[in-house]
Amino acid sequence: MSTHGQVVGRPSQTRRVKDIGFRAVLLACLGLAILLLGVLLGDVLIDGAGHLTWSFITSFGSIDASKAGAEAAIWGTIWLMGICTVFIVPVGVATAVYLEEYADNTRWYNRLIEVNIQNLAAVPSIVYGILGLAFLVRGPLSIGNTVLAGGLTLGLLVLPVVIIAGREAIRAVPSSIREGSMALGATQWQTIWRQVLPASVPGIATGVILALSRAIGETAPLIVVGAATVIAFNPDGLDSQFTALPIQIFDWISRASNDVNNYKPLAAAGILLLMIMLLAMNSVAIWLRNRYERKW
Amino acid sequence: MEAPATTATRARAVPALGTARRRWGEDLIRALLVLAALISVLTTTGIVIALLRETIDFFGSVGVWEFLSGTKWTPLFEPPSFGVRPLLVGTLLTTAIALLVAAPLGLGAAIFLSEYARTRVRKAIKPVLEVLAGVPTIVFGYFALTFFTPEILQDLLHLKVDIFNALAAGIIMGFMIIPTIASVSEDAMSSVPQSLREGAYGLGASKLQVSLRIVFPAALSGIVAAVVLGVSRAVGETMIVLVAAGQVASNSLNPEGPHYTLASFIGSTAQGDTPTGSIEYKTIFAVGMLLFVLTLIMNLISIRFVRKYRQVYE
Repeated sequence: MSTHGQVVGRPSQTRRVKDIGFRAVLLACLGLAILLLGVLLGDVLIDGAGHLTWSFITSFGSIDASKAGAEAAIWGTIWLMGICTVFIVPVGVATAVYLEEYADNTRWYNRLIEVNIQNLAAVPSIVYGILGLAFLVRGPLSIGNTVLAGGLTLGLLVLPVVIIAGREAIRAVPSSIREGSMALGATQWQTIWRQVLPASVPGIATGVILALSRAIGETAPLIVVGAATVIAFNPDGLDSQFTALPIQIFDWISRASNDVNNYKPLAAAGILLLMIMLLAMNSVAIWLRNRYERKW
Repeated sequence: MEAPATTATRARAVPALGTARRRWGEDLIRALLVLAALISVLTTTGIVIALLRETIDFFGSVGVWEFLSGTKWTPLFEPPSFGVRPLLVGTLLTTAIALLVAAPLGLGAAIFLSEYARTRVRKAIKPVLEVLAGVPTIVFGYFALTFFTPEILQDLLHLKVDIFNALAAGIIMGFMIIPTIASVSEDAMSSVPQSLREGAYGLGASKLQVSLRIVFPAALSGIVAAVVLGVSRAVGETMIVLVAAGQVASNSLNPEGPHYTLASFIGSTAQGDTPTGSIEYKTIFAVGMLLFVLTLIMNLISIRFVRKYRQVYE
């Protein structure tokens, strides 16, 4: 596109300088963001790499910083993610199917559901914590500070991500597939279950992984629903008390600044572990997207 | 909306070959799907009810005017004072700093990705921005407290900031919302029709002029949506502020000292096991209500602006 000007003659010197300068400024904007990410990762790596050992992964928290580990937090996070997945996959996919395949979007109530989901996606996470506190932990359900309450709160928080990704995946399936299926006598649900959903699995899976990678790092809502900070056991059921990796990290950070023991390297090691899990999840999502991206 | 007609309306358009038997299984499945869709509506309703119930209770013992106009926030002191202004000042201050960082950097990145970068460069950079967007906020908090404040602000720039300060929290929060602003506004810029750009080039415009005078104004509603969404995220952000900005309710506009925000107050108060019905418990909900209303307004503005640019060009 840079050849446009040359048809009518070379653009003036000042204009070229301005253009190059502008391009440099734009690059600097992007570069600064990437630089910060690099410095952040490097800083965490330097602080925490030495502490990310097998004994860190297999020890419980301790008053003695040199013996403390993250076992309870790791298992807590695994339980939370399990509960979250069991909740968001059926509910998220069902909602996406309803909105794309059944809902008549000229109706006000269907539009309301859509705007509602868009808004939910941007509600501050701590507000979901308040919801969990008022309805799950106490109030009507009163299941207490349990791992089930934590998992469901995170599930509600990331549900919009799954719904939005699911809708896009379903929308990408061409209508000729549906018409072909229905012309052969399939019912609407048979068409959805045997044609539309199988074709949109990669997109939905990507959405679920992205949702989980958001949930795994959430701290604020778990603080509000009462995740414990000092716990020396792994969850053994849905009604078990729990801690989680981000909560454990937060606890170590708060201690780092006011204790004789040095918890900062522990916090950094926990962050490293969390970032490794996150990068692994993101890579799977990107791989899925590239591997199964289909042009119909 | 841009969504295609649903299967149901499409099926209706085909001439019927005969009356189909009613299928109860199909009806049941449809009912179950509606039920699932209702969960998201119930979530919003639940949030509103949860907040409203305790907030009304809270205003039984504290006057609405005292809450909104008071300048002292000491709910746990004797005698307690419930003026929310310091929390609003902290929220406004950190959000303003975040916006000063994120708006230019995010929009610059968006213009680069949409107008200058080749497909291959774009494909390489987008995942990096996604990783930045995916960094948990607790990690940003750690970075702001243990690296950005001592190494950059104090040692490198020689600023006289406290170890807990609103400046570091705000700047790092700005980096957190760059991907949001960049990706939403890039979306808007990419959907500006090519013919507008070609028209400008045909009249002899340079790439700089096309980017700033054609694409930017044409995508303005999307850009506004992106910035508003970014602000909404900054207002609701808890962990960065809680970790790096300290926990002191302050009316000062000086970002060198510690500050409480609406969200970080909720986070820190909810940490202890506050008994149901106590005044601390109720403050969580009253402050939560204010936070929810503020972000709701911004989200609805943002959704409206996104609709606008989609309608014009699609």
